Order: sequence, then C-alpha cells, then structure tokens
Amino acid sequence: MATTQEIAFKEPAARVAERQAAFGATDELPEMQGEKMVLNMGPSHPATHGVLRIILEMDGEIITKADPDIGYLHRGDEKIAENMTYTQFIPYTDRLDYLAPLANNVAYALAVEKLMGIDGQLTPRCQYIRVICCELARVSAHLLGLGAFAMDVGALTVFLHTFAQRETVYNLAEALTGARFTTSYTRIGGLSRDIPAGWIEAVRKFLDECAVAIDESDKLLTRNRIWVDRTKDVGIISKADAIDFGLSGPNLRGSGVDFDVRKAHPYLCYKDFDFEIPIGSVGDCYDRYLVRQEEMRQSLRIIRQAIDKLPGGPINIPDGKTVLPPKDKVLTGMEELIHQFMLVTQGVNAPKGEVYFGAENPKGELGFYINSRGGGTPYRLKIRAPSFVNLSILAKLLPGHMMSDTVAILGSLDFVMGECDR
Amino acid sequence: MSQTAQDLAEKLSAQFPEAFVAAVEFRGEVTLKLKDAAKIADVCAFAKKDLGFDYLVDLTSIDNYGEDPRWTVVYELYGMLTHRSYLRIKTDVSEEKSELPSISGVWATANWHEREAYDMMGIRFAGHPDLRRILMWEGYPYFPLRKDFPLAGKPSEMPDVAFTRRAPLEGGPFVTLAGGKDSMEREPRVRTPEE
Repeated sequence: MATTQEIAFKEPAARVAERQAAFGATDELPEMQGEKMVLNMGPSHPATHGVLRIILEMDGEIITKADPDIGYLHRGDEKIAENMTYTQFIPYTDRLDYLAPLANNVAYALAVEKLMGIDGQLTPRCQYIRVICCELARVSAHLLGLGAFAMDVGALTVFLHTFAQRETVYNLAEALTGARFTTSYTRIGGLSRDIPAGWIEAVRKFLDECAVAIDESDKLLTRNRIWVDRTKDVGIISKADAIDFGLSGPNLRGSGVDFDVRKAHPYLCYKDFDFEIPIGSVGDCYDRYLVRQEEMRQSLRIIRQAIDKLPGGPINIPDGKTVLPPKDKVLTGMEELIHQFMLVTQGVNAPKGEVYFGAENPKGELGFYINSRGGGTPYRLKIRAPSFVNLSILAKLLPGHMMSDTVAILGSLDFVMGECDR
Repeated sequence: MSQTAQDLAEKLSAQFPEAFVAAVEFRGEVTLKLKDAAKIADVCAFAKKDLGFDYLVDLTSIDNYGEDPRWTVVYELYGMLTHRSYLRIKTDVSEEKSELPSISGVWATANWHEREAYDMMGIRFAGHPDLRRILMWEGYPYFPLRKDFPLAGKPSEMPDVAFTRRAPLEGGPFVTLAGGKDSMEREPRVRTPEE
C-alpha cells in the first residue's frame, strides 16, 4: 500500500562510470551490427527550438554520429554593426537571444561603455534598473527553457504554468519599455526611460506569483518518475569537456564548474546583492534542469533586494556628449542642440582601442568584442554567442545516445538560434 | 586582477623570447601581440598547459582592409579553474598567406570559432579537422565579413545549391555612415553597394 516511492540516486562518480560502461569506452563506440541510416532532424522540428538542423547517423535507435548544421537564421549582425553607430545597433541586440532581449541590451550597452571608459560612472539608479531587467529576462528565459524542455519530453502541463508567468514578464516589459519583445531599452550611458508609476508594485506582485509557479513546476517535475527517467544520466557532460568546449551559463554550472560572471567578475551592482550560484554534480540533463530551476529562485531574490533598495536620482550619465539631452532642452538650448545633432549624426565618440565584455545572460556568457578605430562606429564587433558555443558540443555529446534522448539533450542545453546564427 | 594578467603575460613572453610585441593594457585588459602567426599553436598550448588558461572564451578575426598584413586573429583566453584572469593574444596574417595553424587541438571550442572565421573572412586554419563553412552554406562563393563585401550583399548563382540576390531595398537597409565627411553622407538613406 505504499503510496510514495523514493527515487534513489547513486554517487555522482558511480553514475558517470556506469553510464560510460554501458556505452563501452567514452570515445569509441562498441562495434555495432547492421546498416547505418542517416536521419535528418530539423531545420523545422519541434524539438530543435528554431532552425537547428542535425544530421544524425543512426544504428537502429542509437546515434553513431551527429553533425549539427547551423546558419539558417544568419542575418549578418556583425556586418550590420560595422555600418552603423553604436546606438543604432541596440535594436539588433534584441534579436540575438530573443527570449531575453532586455539582458542583451544591457550586455551590449555595458560593452560599449567599457570601451568608452564610462562604465564606472553609471548612476546607481541606472545600475539597479539594469539588474532588475537582467534578472527579469533570466526568469523569463528560464521559464520558457524549462517549459519547452518539459513539453518536448512529454510534460505539457509545465509549459502552460510557465507560460502564464512569462506573459506577466512581457506585460512588465511593455510597461517599462513600450514593447513586449523588441525592447531596445538601454542607451549608451543610461536607459531610454525611467520606471513608470506603479511598475514596482507590479513587479512585487509578479515575484510572489512567480515563486508559486516555480514551486508548482518543481512539484510536477523534480520527483516525477517519467521526467527523472528521461533526464537522469542522459547527456552527461564532464567538467573537463564543459570547459574544453567553452560552455557557459547553466550548462557549464550543471557540470559542476562554479563560474558565474556575476560572481567571478561582478559588473553593474551585483556586488550589493546576496545570492547563490547553484551548480550540478553529474552534468546530465537533470542537473541542468535543477540548476535553471534554482537560478530562477535566485533571480527572484535579486529582484526583491533590488526593488527594496532602488535608489533615486537620474538614470543617465550627465554628459551631453554620450547621452541624448532632454528634448525640451534641445529645443531651447544651443549647447544641447549641438550635442543632439552630433550624437544623432556621428554617434558617441569612442576612443581607439579594443575591449571584450562578457555578461552572464540566461543562455550563458554573452560577450562583445569591440575593435574601435575611434569615432561612432565599431571597426569590428564580434558577438560571442553562448548558444553558438554551447551547441558545438553536440557532435561529441550525442553519439551513443538513443534517438529519443536527443530531444531531452537539446531541451536541456536551452539554446536560441537567433543568437547562435546572429 | 589585472596585475595577474600582467604577470601571466610576462611569463608567456619569457617562454617565447622575442616572439611578442610588448604587452598593451587598455581598460584593464592585457593584450599581447605575437609577431609570427606560425607559432600561435605552440603559444596557446603552452598557455593552456603551463599558465592555466584552460578556457578559450572567444576567437575573432579582423579585416584590416587596405593595410598589410590584412588579417588579425584575436584569441581571448581565460583561466577557469585556476587564476580567473583574462589574456588576449593577437597575431597578424598576410593576405597572400591567409593561413595560420589551428588551435582546435588545444581547445575543442576553437573548432567552431575557426570555422566561423574561415566562413566569414576566408582565413584558413592549417590542421583543422573539419574546415567547412558554418553559417553560410557549402558552395557559397564569397566571404561576407570582408570589408570589400558590400552590406547589401552580392548576387550569386549556384545551380542546385542556392542563390542570393542583393537585399530587397537595392542597397538598403537605410544606413548611416557615421563620421562621413558631410551630412549627405551621414544621414540615413538607401545606398547602393557602389557608394
């Protein structure tokens, strides 16, 4: 008459060893019988979350070779960036990881500000609002990531729970920026606008509701027999592999590497907040799921602290050569008019030099390498897209798994093709 | 923080005497420039093995169009499990050669980064296990991130593969040439690739 059954986990090391023993040696697959079959997965497949195509070589149900084919969403963002001013490129960053546009805006603005050497001058209010934006984006991206992951392996209900919360985040983004999706919220040296009236209360309400929704999805999944069977010990990425392949974000932490840019190299005002970095022990799909689940809770914690301590004051750097002056001043003052004209036609005046700035985005470390030869346009802007780097491990990770595991592995890597292909 | 990066840069320079131009520090980041691109694989292998740079953050290529050498390849190194410092290594490659050793044997992540650099600019990496196009498709004839490739694209015809035309606005999107010499050049307008 037992009603509950404990799910037993062995020691991490034993689990990895057992899994590897099942496939023979790690690198070489056991000699298999039968004719190989090539299976084309994607670019339009519900589990590939966009336009990823994987050419799989199968021996029965077992994958023997995987060749990811990307680039279906390539728009040449880096080329476009070379042909416009720094500020004009902000809307393009919305379209990188389009599940977390606010976080992309912040990462890009910080990279340009680092190049200009004004990242230390950002006003406290601006920094706090940016942190709130980043963490809202993280919650929103992880909600979708988990919902879609669960849906792909058959748990549709979770998706409905998480999507209801995402809707609230979109409403918050709309109230804050005027757009639900393409937020383009940051400016070099500040923000496009301040928080609207009543927004903080709405965020507070969201924090309470979202915490409940996360607990609900937790109850639906974490000790769910089917979920555990589909994800536990599937798609194990060892710590060494995770570092060698340059993984970042929850995928790296799922493999047990304690690295989060927010803690390792704090930017904005992340130093002011009390939060923890969850890490996994085995590096399987289940660990990556747990890491994301906990990260959402930590993000809610950060937002709560940020809105409690939100300082007043201006949101922009008081420098007419960097941030657009207020419109009423432009129409009445000579100096402001000149600043406005110069900023719109020439852009901010960045010095000669090169910087790399990486921010901890929901998918991993989104980095911008900017090579400037002075003036308002980057000479070369390289986007280090976490999804691009995270997907490069597929060729190594997939072989040896069952076809049906692919869906779980792709869901657990949580990538966005808009960012991968740029 | 940046002191460690300086120390590591010195150690690297000491291991390969005369191989580097003096380290440059800008915004707290240390950049080392390697004179001879052929040594890049050895330098990276040493940096990983002996200096603890176990993580390659990024690999970028730059087109210095109109200058010689034309290409610059930039490596962004990081010590994940060790000192947690960044170091940037740069090296130049001439247009005639357009080839340098691959470091995909040092960090597995370099595999895709090098494929991208090849795809976008046409720089080849000797010893790369699988140097194919990655973002553009197999058979595409141009290298779109080169400075002499127009923003609107070029028409291309590849029977049985794919084709491209110029962007629909014939020269658009509406592009500002920041810092252009006069306002006619600066203001956003449709531009033909010849401009």
